[in-house]
Amino acid sequence: MKLSGSEILIRTLIEQNVDVVFGYPGGQVINIYDTLYEHQNEIKHILTAHEQGAAHAADGYARVTGKVGVVIATSGPGATNLVTGIATAYLDSVPMVAITGNVSCSLIGRDSFQEVDITGITMPITKHNFFVNRVSKLADTVREAFRLAMSDRPGPVLIDIPKDIQTALWDYEPQDAIVPDEKYAAHDDGLAEAVRLINEAEKPYIYCGGGVISGDASEEVKALAEKTDSVIGCSFMGVSAIPTAHERFLGMQGMHGHYASSMAQHHADLIIAVGARFSDRATGNKAKYAPNAKIIHIDIDNAEIDKNIPVTCGLCGDVKLTLGELIAQVEKKQHPAWQKEVAGYREEEKRHEVKRESMNPQNVIACINRCKDADTVIATDVGQHQMWAAQYCDFAKPRKFVSSGGLGTMGFGLGAAIGAQIGSGKKAILVTGDGSFGMCLNELATAVSYHIPVVIVILNNGVLGMVRQWQTLFFNQHYSNTVLDRKTDFVKLAEAFGAKGYRCTEMADFSEKLQAALAGNEPVLIECLIDKDEMVLPMLPPGGSMDDIIVERPGD
Amino acid sequence: MEKYIIAVLVKNHFGVLNRVASMFRRRGFNIDTLTVGETEDPEYSRITVAFTGDDKIKTQICSQLNKMPDVVHIKELEKGDSVIRELVLIKINNNKAFKQDIMSVVDIFRAKIIDYGTSALTIEITGESSKIDAFIDLVKEFGIIEICRTGIVALQRGTGSILSDIK
Repeated sequence: MKLSGSEILIRTLIEQNVDVVFGYPGGQVINIYDTLYEHQNEIKHILTAHEQGAAHAADGYARVTGKVGVVIATSGPGATNLVTGIATAYLDSVPMVAITGNVSCSLIGRDSFQEVDITGITMPITKHNFFVNRVSKLADTVREAFRLAMSDRPGPVLIDIPKDIQTALWDYEPQDAIVPDEKYAAHDDGLAEAVRLINEAEKPYIYCGGGVISGDASEEVKALAEKTDSVIGCSFMGVSAIPTAHERFLGMQGMHGHYASSMAQHHADLIIAVGARFSDRATGNKAKYAPNAKIIHIDIDNAEIDKNIPVTCGLCGDVKLTLGELIAQVEKKQHPAWQKEVAGYREEEKRHEVKRESMNPQNVIACINRCKDADTVIATDVGQHQMWAAQYCDFAKPRKFVSSGGLGTMGFGLGAAIGAQIGSGKKAILVTGDGSFGMCLNELATAVSYHIPVVIVILNNGVLGMVRQWQTLFFNQHYSNTVLDRKTDFVKLAEAFGAKGYRCTEMADFSEKLQAALAGNEPVLIECLIDKDEMVLPMLPPGGSMDDIIVERPGD
Repeated sequence: MEKYIIAVLVKNHFGVLNRVASMFRRRGFNIDTLTVGETEDPEYSRITVAFTGDDKIKTQICSQLNKMPDVVHIKELEKGDSVIRELVLIKINNNKAFKQDIMSVVDIFRAKIIDYGTSALTIEITGESSKIDAFIDLVKEFGIIEICRTGIVALQRGTGSILSDIK
């Protein structure tokens, strides 16, 4: 039977078990939207306020479910509005398929109305992209896009479909959903060397990256740590891979990492990096990074090995399968001296804990921890609030922390929280700041329209806190363009969008409002007023190493 | 810093050259020369990239290329084990006073005069880059009007081929 290109597209999405897409209609996708109308019982379309919000929502959906998030936008500005969202997904290895319309093939290259070369624009921020110039290739292109998005190291793929391809007719044969490429463990030679290094180590430290989450390897990391008596830390992207309460888990390491985790990494004699990429934020000054450590690096992406840090032993393979091999082959060890040393770092960390009664970031997050359950998703924007959330939020399961790590996208949070809530079917809490929230708050309209139970907690300090912190510490308190001093009334703003809004200045009040919000089924905004000079600590100064760690606010 | 040559077998799609070149650009790898053309199998094109770097850079370039869905195979062409050529067209001033000198240089380097006019002549020369560089150096004194270099093409010696590697 001959079907139109847009019908083939939607049927192929259904074939891939897609049941929700995020997007925004427009002239060059009007045919696709007409087909979505026909198939509304099979695919739910979530209309956002802006294409960027749709891209972040598809990203949030993918992060919590592990499935491919799908976003649709029209040509021109619709497509370019996806760019930040696609780049965010690319830097954090999130599986996503972005579908854009374009002008008809005969109009391509003539600067037609709303024409943009989106495959050219997104080339460096996608795993791959496609311009579909023949309807006969459409279904297989969509299937290939899903295969690429899911296989090996996940990532975003874009498909650009000109309007005449959407209306052209072709045969369609349904197929089974694409399965990702087969996974494989690292090569035996490398494994043997890794086993030897692990058996010889006295002070092993496992460094979890986001690959532990996307590779579903949390249990294997715990088992390897148990057998080798290792301690565990994580990069920002690895947050939620290991339960916060796990006895071997020291928390996030790096620029704003936990003191104990960063110190243990610095003093380890063996670092086993799993699905991580030694980002500058995770390592600090690379020349001074873990000076006495040998490094085993396990990653599905061979290009990551030796890219940022030269390693002793690189293992290219699926992290879950490779860890399984290592667990089977390494000797069981005890390292009491190492554990004692690490216990000392933990003690030292405790001494720097902030213990103030007031409404401050630590107390707000502690209250969130008390009110949420193990399934609640925590999403964030980018800045100080994001680091506080990464440092202090408790997680019991992977895929419960949704945040832009690699790209550091302010404005990511609300769209992502909406997508994460839809994907997980559980409550979502967005921890954000007044700066970040100001970037994409238009998605409040989406949350209200679709009755999304997302609780938005704004840590309002009236400044762009992270930049201010740098200005305080390294730029002679020159607060250049970081004092917002805006007159925005977030309570009225929430109400104007049709949501409930509260302003809290006392912890008891916040606790009450948060519990009530989590008990309901509608979006609620809670603004928490905090001091403008709160800092994210500890901090490794840019380019610094563990010797330069700042643990206290100057003057405290 | 060493000079390296890699042959990259890619799917013969539009935009592939752009993807490959763009990867070099965005990751800060310098390309010395790049040539591209269809292979004996029209499904594939062959891109020959020459670059300067070290082993670490070469490994990273190959790993990054390997990840690209359009890249089918990569082969390093080592100097001792490959034939390497570059073709250059050089237009120089034709001056009676130099005529004999020009002829001798062309002869010694086994180059060819492919266009001859009273005021200018065009020489074609093929060879390894070092030979080409030496030739250009020698003809400088005659007054070079313009040069067009193809960039390096290379094949491994022996019976092997890049396509046979994947079949």
